[in-house]
Amino acid sequence: MTLAASLQLATPEIILALAALVLLLWGAFTRRAGPVFVAASMLALLAAAAAAVFGPHGRAFDGGLIADTGAAFSQVVIYLASAAFIPVGQRWLAGRGGERFEYPILVILAALGMGMMVAAGDLISLYVSLELQSLSLYILAAFQRDDARSSEAGLKYFVLGALSSGLLLYGTSLIYGFAGSTHFEAIARAAKGGAGSGVLFGLVFLICGLGFKVSAAPFHMWTPDVYEGAPTPIVGFFAGAPKLAAMVLLARILSEAFGDAALQWRQVLIAMALISVAVGAFAGLAQHNLKRLWAYSSIANIGYALVGLAAAGPRGVQATLLFMVLYVIDVTGFFACLTALTRDGRPMETFEDFAGLMRERPGLTLAMTAFCLSAIGLPPFSGFWAKVFVFQAAMGSNLAIPAVVALVGSVVAAFYYLRLIKVMWLDPAPAATDPPARGAVALTYASALFAFPAVMIALIPLYPAARAAATALVQR
Amino acid sequence: MLSLITFLPMLGVGAILLTRQFAGPTQADRDAAARVIALAVTVAVFALSVLLVVAFKTGVSGFQFTEDAAWFAGLHYRMGVDGISVLFVLLTAFLLPLCVIASWRVITDRVVEYMIAFLVLETLVIGVFCALDLIVFYLFFEGQLIPMFLIIGIWGGQNRVYAAFKFFLYTLLGSVLMLAAILAMIVIAHTSSIPALLAYHFSPGVQTWLWLAFLASFAVKLPMWPVHTWLPDAHVEAPTAGSVILAGILLKMGGYGFLRFSLPMFPNASVQFTPLIFALSVIAIVYTSLVAFRQTDFKKLIAYSSVAHMGFVTLGIFSGNALGEQGAIFQMLSHGVISSALFLCVGVVYDRMHTREIAAYGGLVGRMPIYAAVFMLFTMGNVGLPGTSGFIGEITSLTGAYAVSTWTVFVATSGVIFSVLYALTVYKNVVFGQLANPALAGILDLERREVLIFAPLIIATLALGLQPGLVFHFTGASVDHLVAAFQAAREGPR
Repeated sequence: MTLAASLQLATPEIILALAALVLLLWGAFTRRAGPVFVAASMLALLAAAAAAVFGPHGRAFDGGLIADTGAAFSQVVIYLASAAFIPVGQRWLAGRGGERFEYPILVILAALGMGMMVAAGDLISLYVSLELQSLSLYILAAFQRDDARSSEAGLKYFVLGALSSGLLLYGTSLIYGFAGSTHFEAIARAAKGGAGSGVLFGLVFLICGLGFKVSAAPFHMWTPDVYEGAPTPIVGFFAGAPKLAAMVLLARILSEAFGDAALQWRQVLIAMALISVAVGAFAGLAQHNLKRLWAYSSIANIGYALVGLAAAGPRGVQATLLFMVLYVIDVTGFFACLTALTRDGRPMETFEDFAGLMRERPGLTLAMTAFCLSAIGLPPFSGFWAKVFVFQAAMGSNLAIPAVVALVGSVVAAFYYLRLIKVMWLDPAPAATDPPARGAVALTYASALFAFPAVMIALIPLYPAARAAATALVQR
Repeated sequence: MLSLITFLPMLGVGAILLTRQFAGPTQADRDAAARVIALAVTVAVFALSVLLVVAFKTGVSGFQFTEDAAWFAGLHYRMGVDGISVLFVLLTAFLLPLCVIASWRVITDRVVEYMIAFLVLETLVIGVFCALDLIVFYLFFEGQLIPMFLIIGIWGGQNRVYAAFKFFLYTLLGSVLMLAAILAMIVIAHTSSIPALLAYHFSPGVQTWLWLAFLASFAVKLPMWPVHTWLPDAHVEAPTAGSVILAGILLKMGGYGFLRFSLPMFPNASVQFTPLIFALSVIAIVYTSLVAFRQTDFKKLIAYSSVAHMGFVTLGIFSGNALGEQGAIFQMLSHGVISSALFLCVGVVYDRMHTREIAAYGGLVGRMPIYAAVFMLFTMGNVGLPGTSGFIGEITSLTGAYAVSTWTVFVATSGVIFSVLYALTVYKNVVFGQLANPALAGILDLERREVLIFAPLIIATLALGLQPGLVFHFTGASVDHLVAAFQAAREGPR
């Protein structure tokens, strides 16, 4: 394959990389991010999404980068979710004197890393893309550098993230050593009929490293602290799209490079899934801060997604993809709502802050209620469909017992979501809230309307699209 | 037709939301508009469901008025009714307008939200009885938790938050197990269509697990002993109309589920577990009747009596013969009318005195003669006096069960005697005796609005009691088909 053809396949990534460089120069001259700057950065992400949809498919750079339906599907979701948080976050930071032109650029760089993760076909590109994404996110977590909690979050995220990168790198080096290649295709040949002990050792390290990135228990310790400390809109950003990207990456490497070793990695995934569900459900019960609560909620949700991934095959991967897409939208809406609301200029983050919100802001309360019910998995909200797909896939792969255990775990978790609903609907309100930021409110409403009723129609095209994406991801 | 009946209340919700803008400047105007719209919509739904019942072809066992539209992931939006479900649609549509009228004056806080919650609930309940696709059924079945949680939680009594949580979590736990079973059925049978699954034979080993998972959900919903403990709490704390919906309709979904899923789809497991169900039913009948006898709280007493009456339903269903099924369906319809009426009777005195303590009442007959007569009729219906609908339901379901197990029926019948004991005792304590409590001196008899609520319920109780053929006429063909299929599957190759 010629270089020109490879570059053509990498168009979405090139658009983002160029956009980041141009915006950096632009920002260096203007020193501030005006509305045009923000619009341009969003436009770059939308252009990359369009390029991913309409671009050609194939394997670029000798298999290092795979442009296929699976990558395109994930990239569209990632770029859109990233674009959604640029104006919302910029406005939020501006309100707190932390407005800097680097914010949109870092989001674009993180999105670029995620876009490459879902397209990685080689251990090198896997690691490079993962680090590009992670480093951008570390900086974003510490973006309010005058705020002690934000700095702490960034540092914690960085140290634990570096540890996970180390694990991952060690795993990849073992795999390379025993398989003799960094290409997924070549590894698949080496792992034919099941992975040998050396490759298996590397694979387990690799799964652990990625487990950190998706915040699956027992590698979840950073999540609550980072979620609590980092700026709210930025949490909304990195609670959604990066997890989807890491899940897709995991799905691709497990099915493409280690498809024959499915019985070997399945047990690891199931163990991680069930521990995640249990930790997310029980530890969430003790939380007072909603950002921490949602950290535990995300741990539990990653557990459900891992059940789908453990089901393997096109059905399992399709279920995981759909689950993650619906989850990203849910999380986006929830944190957009947290971003929108303040009282006397202070962010509203605890249960007490949300007391009696129904009387004052019925629209936002209904949206929050929708996110909570969706997270419980109550029909007809989007979270219900997400769970149906995942657990149906699990049932189809003889994983009935993990599915039932995870479902029962979701009943435990239902308690804390219900508590939030109860607080908002039934408790007396302490004081009036400030007028909410308009952009964040729009994002909240859009996500809530997706959670119900739009999801009932959106799934009609989304389901076959995820099917095609999953088929491409598991193809060898 | 069915979709229209099901989703008409949602149009009402839309109308209420729209008129909020135009109804008038004050909150009172908006509340009034919401009440009128809710009443108009529920009455319209009732009229349509009467039309449905009239147009329903009796003597045919299959599903009628079917609708089918392809959705995603191989799911279909399928609706249809047969002889088993059509009368439950009517019962729901019959009780909802009464609920709206019963709440007319009583509910003064957040009226708009209240009416919306009831309309949403009506859509979901009717949807449960009409759904012919597993996932669509689950959608309606489980969606009810949301409005019911809010109805108990917002407009309930003192301990409402506890009751709402208990109701929600109990039901959710049962339902997720059913969801697991539903997904397993779809994976095994490659279809989610209920008519197709009714013809599908699951292997006996699989049946056992699926049956148990469905039991988890329906036993909580019905409720059966020992998972009935959420019911007294939920009933006591819910507003009157909420109790009516709970007792009148929501409990019936458990029995309907047994009839629609457990019995015909898992016949071998049903036979295998019949002794278990019979034992639990008898315990429910005898034990909860005795528990009811010791209650000091008016609503709690009726709640426990509901659990006892549902014991007859499970006895009838799992007797597996036509008489038992007919009796169970009849008992559910009859209980839907009588227990609703009893909760409304409690509501009448509660609205005046704001206490549910039985001891606070006494000697009401002197001040409230009409109330005493109405309450008498429904008390008699509750204990199963011949001439009321309660008698027919109990005698047919017990006769059906007699064919299977004499001893079970022998013990269960003693429960009927206990029910007479508690029902007459509470009637005596509330209505007769001296007017001991001075606060009762100024209590007023039923007003016109309340008479309007009770009149249809009285007519229904007596009509069903004197002309039970009205019901059997509709259910006959479907029940015969169900029983024939059940017997065939039971005796077929294992």
